[in-house]
Amino acid sequence: MGIIRAKEVGYSYKRLNDQGEVESVRQALNNITLDVAAGDFIAILGHNGSGKSTLAKHFNAILAPNEGTLWVDGKDSRQPENVWDIRRTAGMVFQNPDNQIISGVVEEDVGFGPENMGVPTEEIWRRVEESLRAVGMYKFRRHSPNKLSGGQKQRVAIAGVVAMRPKCIVLDEPTAMLDPTGRKEVLKTVGVLNKKEGMTIILITHYMEEVVSADKVFVMDQGEVVMEGTPREIFSQVERLKSYRLDVPQVTLLAYELRKQGIPLPEGVLTNEELVEALCRVRAAGEKQFTENGESV
Amino acid sequence: MENQYKMSLKLEQINYIYGTHTAYEMQALTDISLEIHKGEFIGVIGHTGSGKSTLMQLLNGLEKPSSGRVLFEGKDIWAEDFDRKMLRSKVGLVFQYPEHQLFETDVLSDVCFGPRNLGCSLEEARERAKKALAMTGIDEKYFADSPFDLSGGQKRRVAIAGVLAMQPDYLILDEPTAGLDPKGRDEILEQIAKLHRENGIAVLLVSHSMEDVANYVDRIIALNQGRLMYDDVPKAVFAHYRELAEAGLAAPNVTHILHSLRERGFDVDTEAVTVEDARDTILKAMEKSV
Ligand SMILES: Nc1ncnc2c1ncn2[C@@H]1O[C@H](COP(=O)(O)OP(=O)(O)O)[C@@H](O)[C@H]1O
Ligand SMILES: Nc1ncnc2c1ncn2[C@@H]1O[C@H](COP(=O)(O)OP(=O)(O)O)[C@@H](O)[C@H]1O
Ligand SMILES: [Mg+2]
Ligand SMILES: [Mg+2]
Repeated sequence: MGIIRAKEVGYSYKRLNDQGEVESVRQALNNITLDVAAGDFIAILGHNGSGKSTLAKHFNAILAPNEGTLWVDGKDSRQPENVWDIRRTAGMVFQNPDNQIISGVVEEDVGFGPENMGVPTEEIWRRVEESLRAVGMYKFRRHSPNKLSGGQKQRVAIAGVVAMRPKCIVLDEPTAMLDPTGRKEVLKTVGVLNKKEGMTIILITHYMEEVVSADKVFVMDQGEVVMEGTPREIFSQVERLKSYRLDVPQVTLLAYELRKQGIPLPEGVLTNEELVEALCRVRAAGEKQFTENGESV
Repeated sequence: MENQYKMSLKLEQINYIYGTHTAYEMQALTDISLEIHKGEFIGVIGHTGSGKSTLMQLLNGLEKPSSGRVLFEGKDIWAEDFDRKMLRSKVGLVFQYPEHQLFETDVLSDVCFGPRNLGCSLEEARERAKKALAMTGIDEKYFADSPFDLSGGQKRRVAIAGVLAMQPDYLILDEPTAGLDPKGRDEILEQIAKLHRENGIAVLLVSHSMEDVANYVDRIIALNQGRLMYDDVPKAVFAHYRELAEAGLAAPNVTHILHSLRERGFDVDTEAVTVEDARDTILKAMEKSV
C-alpha cells in the first residue's frame, strides 16, 4: 500500500452565516481515489480552482475528508490522534517564499521546525546542516533570507521541511513566483531529494515542463482526478489537456505541430534531446529512401 | 516626427536607491536610459530583484528617481507644475497579484473606483467601467457579483479593468499571468494583445515566462542587477541565450532546440523564438535535407 492513499474522497467548503447555519456549500473534491507509491515523484496538474490545493491540504491533514477516507503512511487522516504523525510524514512547501521564512538568519529558519517538534539542540544543528547541504544552501547558512533570490528562498523553505525528516514533501506551486533560474534550482533540488534521499515528492504546478521527469502525473478538473499516467501518456493527449485548460511542454507542442505537417515523429515527445534525435532519424531514413529511389530509377 | 517624439515616456540616466543614508541602502537601478513610444508592445524581463518593479513604478511617478529624469511627452514629471495625478491615469500600472486589491462589494463599483477618483461623474465612471470590463472579457452577468466570488483569472481581469477604466495611453502589467493556469494565462495575454491592437495602447509586460514574451512583444527590455542589459527585438535578445542564463533568465525552449538542431547539421534559422516559426524553419530544413 502506498504512502498516500485516497478512497472515494470528497470535500466541501461550507460557509456559515452569523447564526452558525450553513449558508453555502462548495464541493471542492469529488470521489478522489488515488495511490501514491513511496519514493515516487508525482505531479498534479489542473486549472485554477480544480481542487489541487484542497487535495494537497488533505495530504498533511490540514483538511480531512467529508466523504471517503485518506490514509497517509497507513494512518486515517480523520482520526485526530493521527494528525500529528501525518504532519511529520508529509511536509508542505507553498507558493510564496516570503510568507514561509520567519527568522533573520537562514540556519535559524531551518532549525525552527525541528525545534518546534522538540528535537534536542545538538540534533537540530545536525539536521540543519544536513538539510541545507541537501538543497545546496549550506554556504548561505549565516545569511539573512531577505537578501536571497526567490529560488534560494524557496530552497531554504524546502530545507526547513527536510529538517523535519518527512517521508514525503508536498509542494503547492513552489515555482509560480520565480524567475527561470529560480524555477530550475527548485526543480533540481526536489529531484535530488527524490533520487538521493528517496523522498516522495508531490509537485503541483502550472509549468508543464516541470513534470516531464515525474513518475506519474494526475490531472484534476473540477474537483476530480480525470487523467492519470506517465508524463508521456498524459502529454500525448494535447487536445484533451487543452479541454482541461492545460497545455503541453513547448517541445511537445513543437513535435505535435511537426507531426501534423507529416513529419513522422513519435507521440508525446518530452525532451529536447528526444526531438533532436527523432528528427535526425527521420532525416537519415529520408536520405536512405532517397538513395534507394534514386537507384531504382 | 516631432509629434511622435513627443508621444513618449522617457527615462534619462536614472538611478534609484532605496533607503538612502541608512544601513539598508540599496541601489536598485543604475544609469537607465530608455524611451517608450505610444503603441509599442514591450516585454520586460530580469531575474528577481533585478529592478523591474522599481522601474515600472518610476514610469508612472509612484517613485521618484534618486537622480536622472522621467519625461512624459517631453515634460519632466517631477517639475513643480507637472500634474502627476494625470500621469497616473495616462500611465496605468497593474501591480502583481492585483486581485488582492479588489475591495468593493460588486465588480462594477470596483472598476468605477479609478475614474471616480479622477473626478468623473458617476454616470461617466460607469460608462468607462463597462467599457473596460468588456475590453478584458468580463461578461455583464458578473457586474453585480462580489469580486471575491470570481475565479482567479476573472479577478485579475477585473483588476486590470480597474486600471483600463482610467483610459491610459500606456499600460504597465507587472507579471499579470503569475499563478494562472495555462488557459487563463493565454486568455489574459490575448485580451492584452487585442487592447494593444485595437486601441493602440502601449503595453509593458513584465514576465518571467520567456515563451509568453516571445509570443507577444515586439521589443524586449532585459534588466540584470539594476542595469539595462538588452533593449532590442526578441530574436536579437534571445540570441544571447547563454548570457541570459547567467543573468537568471533563459531563451524560449524552441530557441535551444534550434541551436541543437543546427549543431547536428540541420539548416534551421536559430533566430525563431515561437513554436510556429520554429516549426516552419524545421519543415524547410527537412525538405532541403531529403
Ligand atoms: N477556504 C475556502 N472556502 C471556500 N471555498 C474554497 C476555499 N478554498 C478553496 N475553495 C474553493 O474550492 C475549489 C478548489 O479550490 P483549490 O483547491 O484552491 O483549487 P486549486 O488549488 O486547484 O486552484 C474552488 O472552487 C475554490 O473557490
Ligand atoms: N521597498 C523596498 N525597500 C528596500 N529595498 C527594496 C524595496 N523594494 C525593492 N527593493 C530592492 O530593490 C531591488 C529591486 O527590486 P524590484 O524592483 O522589486 O525587483 P524585481 O521586480 O525585478 O524583482 C531588490 O534588491 C529589492 O530587494
Ligand atoms: Mg492552489
Ligand atoms: Mg517585481
